Amino acid sequence: MSAATNRQRERLYSVLFYTLVLAVLAAYLFPFYWMVLSSLKTQIQNFANPPLFLFAPTLENYQSVFVNNPFFLFLWNSLVIGAGSTLLGLLLGLPAAYGIARFQKRGVALGFLIARIAPGISYLVPWFIIFSDLNMVGSYTALILSHLTVGLPLIVWIMIGFFEDVPQELEDAAFIDGANRFEIFLKVALPIVKPGIATAGILSFIQSWNTFMYSVVLSNSETRTLPVAVFGFLSYGGFDWGSLTAAATVITLPVMVLTLLIQRHIVAGLSVGGVKG
Amino acid sequence: MLFIAPAAIVLLLMLVFPLTYTAHLSFYEWFAAGPPPRFAGMHNYVALLADERFLKALARTLAFTALSVTAEVALGTALALMFARPFIGRGAARTIFLLPMVATPVAISLVWLLMFDPATGVLNYLLKLIGLGPSLWVSDSFLALPALVLVDVWQWTPIVMLMVLGGLTALPEDPFEAARIDGASRWQVFRYLTLPMLRPYIVVAALFRGIDALKTFDSIYVITRGGPGFASETLNLYIYASAFDYLHFGYSSAMLVIFFLIVLGLSVALIAFRRKAI
Repeated sequence: MSAATNRQRERLYSVLFYTLVLAVLAAYLFPFYWMVLSSLKTQIQNFANPPLFLFAPTLENYQSVFVNNPFFLFLWNSLVIGAGSTLLGLLLGLPAAYGIARFQKRGVALGFLIARIAPGISYLVPWFIIFSDLNMVGSYTALILSHLTVGLPLIVWIMIGFFEDVPQELEDAAFIDGANRFEIFLKVALPIVKPGIATAGILSFIQSWNTFMYSVVLSNSETRTLPVAVFGFLSYGGFDWGSLTAAATVITLPVMVLTLLIQRHIVAGLSVGGVKG
Repeated sequence: MLFIAPAAIVLLLMLVFPLTYTAHLSFYEWFAAGPPPRFAGMHNYVALLADERFLKALARTLAFTALSVTAEVALGTALALMFARPFIGRGAARTIFLLPMVATPVAISLVWLLMFDPATGVLNYLLKLIGLGPSLWVSDSFLALPALVLVDVWQWTPIVMLMVLGGLTALPEDPFEAARIDGASRWQVFRYLTLPMLRPYIVVAALFRGIDALKTFDSIYVITRGGPGFASETLNLYIYASAFDYLHFGYSSAMLVIFFLIVLGLSVALIAFRRKAI
């Protein structure tokens, strides 16, 4: 066999390979492409048969989402609940992860893992009963606490890894200088794990932002989050696909941006005991 | 431990206590709208065994999980092998694969619902282009569950791909070098070297996905709500309806206990396997 035919075979192989890559990527991106495309169509264009790929785009769906609905209120709710549960999660989770990493509390770590793995609905039913008794259904407190149970185990598990990587010698040196455990945690360990805090915080926020089942049960018309609101449009607004996909695009966009910021760490974060309720 | 105590207290109050309460309620007869809870012993559990809707939902949950995980593992492993090879734009392609996992499930489920539309949906249009279809997709009792599996596969194959890819990059190079010198074919290398060495990573990814697939809620609730009829109603959806539509808290709690035990069983298998193999 000559070198030339070998090279030809390699080239053919290469072409096939890139075709495969492009086909897979196209399949993967298609739903996103269709979401954005549909959001730029009028109602009539969205019901066209066969579906339109080329048309004069309109932004009126985005306008209608914000004008016809208290969309800013839902956006605000999602932000408050996402930020609230994430900050609380960091406040509780950082020391916990540090304690687990430094004092080898594997059993506690397993507890947080099981909390993450258990089906969300097995908490939701008792929460609903308890929060109803306390007259707290629909309150920010109930929503933040429920979302906290999504974020906290995630934060703890991500941060254990980061704290374990903090060199023991640094802490020993501070200890000799007379610092106590808490000061060491605050002034030595925390500054070193800053990238971990960013990753854990962003992932916790994304998970809260995406949470649907807890919010649909525990929110009311004033505290509704974005996913619940969009689901509501689907149930009550008929099939106004332009507005629905415009709202879907608006919800998805911030998550995409945040993902790009932490993409290096996201896999480790997502594979901590699961990502769904 | 002062560092751990605050988080542990939240864990107890928000998770352990509610779970215990659920287990307790599962022995009571209680409609929220009716009289106060009444102790019923094992009655709810016995009733479950005769509840065809429950048994079918359980079977569907297992079928949905088995189908999704099988497809995701096969596709994910294939994609991992593709990504193990350097190519132009690999970094960007990897980023694109992250997007379905992080995108808001309600938002993308809605897009799938739009694409599934039997009359004007783009999927039937694409099928027609290659000479197939049209399909009723989620409007058909037989196709609803497989169509939901398709959504799950789109959404979650990337995590399997990335977990297996992590394993691939951690494999030692020596055996591959030896196989090359011995003149092994690509297929032989894959079948007798790569695949056996990847096995632990694939099993972990499969168990991990299995646990999550059992709990799938958002996509099913948004796309079919368990319909048409009950054709795609999984355990999670039946429990949701039983608790929040019918307010039958005692009965729901019994189902929750069973659901919890199934998920816990699979989780214990995952943790044990991970300890042993990796």
